Amino acid sequence: MTKIIVDDKAYEVPAGNNLLHACLSLGLDLPYFCWHPCLGSVGACRQCAVKQYQDENDSRGRIVMACMTPASEGARISVADPQARDFRAGIIELLMTNHPHDCPVCEEGGECHLQDMTEMSGHTFRRYEQTKRTHRNQYLGPFINHEMNRCIACYRCVRYYQDYAGGSDLQMLGAHHHVYFGRHCDGTLENPFSGNLVEVCPTGVFTDKTFSQDYTRKWDLQCAPSICQHCAVGCNTSPGERYGRLKRIVNRYHNDVNGYFLCDRGRFGYGFVNGDQRLHQVMRRQGGSEETTGQAAQVATAAAGHRALAELLARSDSAVIGSPRTSLENNFALLTAARQHFCGGFSAAEQQIMQTAVTNYRQPDIGIPSPADIETADAILILGEDILNTAPVLALRVRQAVRNRARDLAAAAGIPAWQDAAVQELAQQSRNPLIQLTVDNTDLDAIAAINRQLAPADIARLGFAIAHGINSEAPAPNDLTAAETELADRVCALLNHANRPLVITGTALLSTAVLEAAANIAKSLSRKLDAPCPLHQCLAECNSLGAAMLAADSATLEQTLEGVEDGAIKRLLVLENDLYRRCDSRRLDAALDRLDELIVIDHQWTATAAKADWVLPAATFAESEGTLVNSEARAQRFFAVFPGVADVRAGWQWLTAANPGAWAAIDAVTADRASAETVAVEQVATEKATVGKVAVGKVAVGKVAAGNVTIDAVTKACAASQPLLAQIVAAAPPAEARSQGRQVPRMPHRYSGRTAIRAHINVSEPKQTPDPMSALGFTMEGDPTHLPPALRPSTWAPGWNSNQSIHKFQQEVNGELAGGPSGVRLLDEPAAAAAATWFTEIPPAFRAAGDKLQPVPLYHIFGSEELSQRAEPIQARRPRDYIALHPDDAARLQVCSSDGISFSAAGLEFCLGVRITAALPAGVIGLPMGIGGLTPAALATPLTVTKAFDWQPPPSPGDRAVIASDLAANGGAAP
Amino acid sequence: MITRPLTRHIDLSRPPYDLAQYEDAGGYSGARKVITGMTPAEGLQLLKDSGLRGRGGAGFPTGMKWSFVPMDKDNKGDKDKKGDKDGDKAPRPKYIVANADEMEPGTFKDRLLMEGCPHLLVEGMLVGGYILQADIGYIFIRGEYVEAAQLLNAAIAECRKKGYLGKHILGGDWSFELHVHTSAGRYICGEETALLNSLEGKRATPRAKPPFPQVSGLWGKPTIVNNVETLCNLPPIIEHGADWFKQLSLTGDAGTKLYGVSGRVNNPGCWELPMGTTARTLIEEHAGGMCDGYQLKTFLPGGGSTPLLLPEHLDTPMDYTEIGKLGSRLGTGTMIVIDDQVDFIGALKNLEHFFSQESCGFCTPCRDGLPWVEKALDNLEHGRGSRADLDWLKRATWMLNMGNTFCAHAPGAMGPLESALKYFPDEFEQRLAQSAARRKSVTEQTAPPDSPLEAPLPNSPLKTHLPNSPLKTHLPNSPLKAP
Repeated sequence: MTKIIVDDKAYEVPAGNNLLHACLSLGLDLPYFCWHPCLGSVGACRQCAVKQYQDENDSRGRIVMACMTPASEGARISVADPQARDFRAGIIELLMTNHPHDCPVCEEGGECHLQDMTEMSGHTFRRYEQTKRTHRNQYLGPFINHEMNRCIACYRCVRYYQDYAGGSDLQMLGAHHHVYFGRHCDGTLENPFSGNLVEVCPTGVFTDKTFSQDYTRKWDLQCAPSICQHCAVGCNTSPGERYGRLKRIVNRYHNDVNGYFLCDRGRFGYGFVNGDQRLHQVMRRQGGSEETTGQAAQVATAAAGHRALAELLARSDSAVIGSPRTSLENNFALLTAARQHFCGGFSAAEQQIMQTAVTNYRQPDIGIPSPADIETADAILILGEDILNTAPVLALRVRQAVRNRARDLAAAAGIPAWQDAAVQELAQQSRNPLIQLTVDNTDLDAIAAINRQLAPADIARLGFAIAHGINSEAPAPNDLTAAETELADRVCALLNHANRPLVITGTALLSTAVLEAAANIAKSLSRKLDAPCPLHQCLAECNSLGAAMLAADSATLEQTLEGVEDGAIKRLLVLENDLYRRCDSRRLDAALDRLDELIVIDHQWTATAAKADWVLPAATFAESEGTLVNSEARAQRFFAVFPGVADVRAGWQWLTAANPGAWAAIDAVTADRASAETVAVEQVATEKATVGKVAVGKVAVGKVAAGNVTIDAVTKACAASQPLLAQIVAAAPPAEARSQGRQVPRMPHRYSGRTAIRAHINVSEPKQTPDPMSALGFTMEGDPTHLPPALRPSTWAPGWNSNQSIHKFQQEVNGELAGGPSGVRLLDEPAAAAAATWFTEIPPAFRAAGDKLQPVPLYHIFGSEELSQRAEPIQARRPRDYIALHPDDAARLQVCSSDGISFSAAGLEFCLGVRITAALPAGVIGLPMGIGGLTPAALATPLTVTKAFDWQPPPSPGDRAVIASDLAANGGAAP
Repeated sequence: MITRPLTRHIDLSRPPYDLAQYEDAGGYSGARKVITGMTPAEGLQLLKDSGLRGRGGAGFPTGMKWSFVPMDKDNKGDKDKKGDKDGDKAPRPKYIVANADEMEPGTFKDRLLMEGCPHLLVEGMLVGGYILQADIGYIFIRGEYVEAAQLLNAAIAECRKKGYLGKHILGGDWSFELHVHTSAGRYICGEETALLNSLEGKRATPRAKPPFPQVSGLWGKPTIVNNVETLCNLPPIIEHGADWFKQLSLTGDAGTKLYGVSGRVNNPGCWELPMGTTARTLIEEHAGGMCDGYQLKTFLPGGGSTPLLLPEHLDTPMDYTEIGKLGSRLGTGTMIVIDDQVDFIGALKNLEHFFSQESCGFCTPCRDGLPWVEKALDNLEHGRGSRADLDWLKRATWMLNMGNTFCAHAPGAMGPLESALKYFPDEFEQRLAQSAARRKSVTEQTAPPDSPLEAPLPNSPLKTHLPNSPLKTHLPNSPLKAP
């Protein structure tokens, strides 16, 4: 710690930072623009000027930029000094000479850092009477608007985009006061993290295009703390709603998970909540076709839905299928409803690989790195996974880990890490080694020391060889080629040289051998390090790990289908799972046709729903609470942003209501246990004035009131049922938690027009919807700031209306949020019985199987994920339908890149264009998941492919016709 | 005894010496002497003893600047000594860069050196490179200096052939390569760290200091950047010694200086004279005095970014110390003479227009402050000025001062403005009075003038508040207009 004196008051601050970092960490208000907590200092804007004095006798002092001045021992500064204040107001005045007076029509208004800083600096009167410089704006694609006239040239956008996110198509152009931040010409910003520009830009140059098409001021958005649903990383988000529509998603800071940034899929993929594929009403198949019951009969129909569900669950020949894309609570309610015939929703291949993933995480010599931990590694091996497309935010973290070599070099040269430009200048192209063994090229190739593209079996074999090379006790594959041996030696040398090596693998290839090889590498490294070696396993869906932990020994989809086929199962209930993504279509069609009854609970119209006798509308993440377990086994709670309409209710609500008796019994047990324990969820009180305490009453948590089951009761019962999940109740405070005696308001305290929202229907304002399920209320009354992080709906502090206000809630800039952790890690304790053993089943080398091609999955950040692919802006960015072939295979099939090929997979016929890529190993066919109707079900067996002579290239992507056909292929026609 | 070490081989009536001619005239003897007869440390000591100060404008002692470059520790073969590790080896490669991006308004001295005797600069780079044990040298030359670049490239080719450049120069251990890099052409490229960025192919934006280029310069490696004239002084210093160099000067700052004069004088030009020659000698003896009918009003002693001096300062010796005492800077030593008949405010605006255009756009005060300064001066020049314009000019000299901006560009631009406000307040007041009179005459006119831009607003309630507002062009038919 270092002592600094600010305005004659002494403070202790952590050593080695700059004065701006120190002042903001202390909770002081000091305006800034070019500095960003993740990007460091460059000294461009000159906004954070303070007066620095040599000692207590120095009365003159001199103006310095806080961001460029080290907070050295005894540093004596004044923020309040009149000259420094005058200078800061002068800087704003200069920035404002060119800034338009368009706040009333600017989308940034109300959450604009420039507005906030202008207010803070006291620049209130415009003296500049000359003309302004003006710019032409650019088209930047479906995600981002561009309004360059608002630019104050803080340089943060290009520093974020180029240096941090690795993009190259956003540049600073021009000079003097005509500097321009844009592309060389109009066109889509290609980097998949471009959406963060919306939050990185301190004013309204880059704004969210999806939001502006359906715009509402920040202060009118009802928000809730939420978790992204589009991959297993579990980024924390803050979605906003008004008029019953989800309007946008912004980042919600979590130090360990997503930090300040989201990927574009997470930010712009929310359209499925509002989309035309969305289900709101109970539907029943009549005479072979689906029809929605009339408005008058709707209530009765919902009740009929309940009855049908109860009848199905009451029968012994019913089976139920859960889902890795929905919450633990939903899955647990299903499990409770039909324990005998419960299927977790995984295919056999998925089930096997998920159980391997859980086993790996429970090994004593394997550590589970959080996404933030990845940044601390000094060598990273990625085995099999294309992380940019399957776990995008991890790719951003890996990028920083690779860059962080610069910080080590700078430290050795005496340059502080926050001197961003100087650190980069010193390091030039020096990077920490990244090694990628994948099936195809990836976006990280450019920063990797070693890239090699191999068939999945060969990736696993090389992985085993690397493990053996690091520790000779690990089993070695036999008959490796000389090239493979040489490659393994190079990788071993890099990993052996590292102090903090880290391994990333994943389930995307559906290859258990790859996971086992990765585990062996981590195990052999851990022997060398004499500590658990971090291994991160990327998983397929937002709750893959939770579903796997909950249903470790449940039936697979194949087993359930067998039950249907042999007549043991006559009725099926499917919860938020499109079985056609996982099963052979022909087999599934036949099985579903055999059923007496199929009930689907889902929020989207899917191919499975199209087969159902009853479709019950489920709540999305935006209308319900739930707990998800991310790929590092962190249980995190999401909360409803707004109440569901019509028949919409959460899956667990449908299920508990269908079986109230059972739930009353479960609830009595858990409630007793809860009241026996003292439930103390007292939040950590820190130095910061903004953090308060959340009091929890003596009420037994999750008590059933009048036969209604609460989600806390389900969570509690779920935790009690499975020891690995025991801690999930601590993911967030329970519904009884109160801040300052009230529920946490989802609406900002400036929420406007509440009484007028429904005035076109009825001028009397209805009572606000009560929310007994969570500690949050659908209200604007209450305290928006003194909250534990897991309950903070959006980021706002007095005088700091933008997301920049996050430093008011961090214990220290870039540190953990004050008020206790958000979410809870479940697998940090290794399994008691787990012994440090090696995996020994090494697959044989990949051999092309005659004229058949081995299908391997390829992933695309835009298009591969089931829910986000329904959002229009994501569709506009998805690649054109294709399959990928090695040039040798293309030559054998006599096709070129303007040809199509046809093949049959998973019971469906495909006819797709060819993309020839030399990176892909020969003998495999790359199938892009989610593109052209291809799903993981198509990966099951080698494919016989033929040239399609009648194939025509499809229209360019983004065309609505293409989108509709794609959805039809994936999930049938819209209702 | 040599009295003009820099220009003795220059005769603009003939082509510059080629390598053979230059060697016949004694060239490369300094380089030979230092490479074959001195250690780098001895060379550096000689440089320190000579008192040479950087000729690019700041006048920083060259020897001291160079002493911050990390050097290999000499362990004399004693392997057991603690110091014999990689850590005692200086980072490699090391660079020496000649700043030949001569863009300062009114400055043309380096051009004379490079076009008149390119081998002198190459020899200077060779001497400097050896003293620093640099591996690679660059001559970063202004894009418009096409002829100089051609001559330097020819000289370098000759040297490479002869073995003055390349591996094991003169049979020793030291190897050195030299390249000419043509600037993409902005004033800021002359700022040493912006120059390095430009040389790396990046935007010419200055870098924060520390770290200084001596530690982390070109491509993150130790780098020295010096002006052409500074480097050209090295061979004669090596050859003739520190004492000889000091006695060349009339004052405490050692050596000779290339002085130049431009403006309304009879014989504008550039001359090598003893350091400390007075401005009066320069103007009256060498530049042939003021043109007929023109009086000296003021002068910028060392280029466009140096604060103005007055006729009363003509007898001050022109060296770093003495000019500094007057609140100005010697700069490049090439003065711009402003006479009594030039439009003083217009000249000032012209100067600020240059600085405004040449701002790199990185920091706020410079990027957004200089255009406002230019516009305020433009208002004053064209009779549209107001008290607010003058207030801003005064405030700008504080806002854009050293330390408040990222580099020295904006403070340099404020030098002439601040001194103008100090020495010639009447010029500004007079323009204000003219502006007020003009406004009055415009508002008193009953019939609208021809230009819609000048349309009067006789009865507008806005007129008293917004005399210069662009709004007035829209208002004649506005409902706001009083009946």
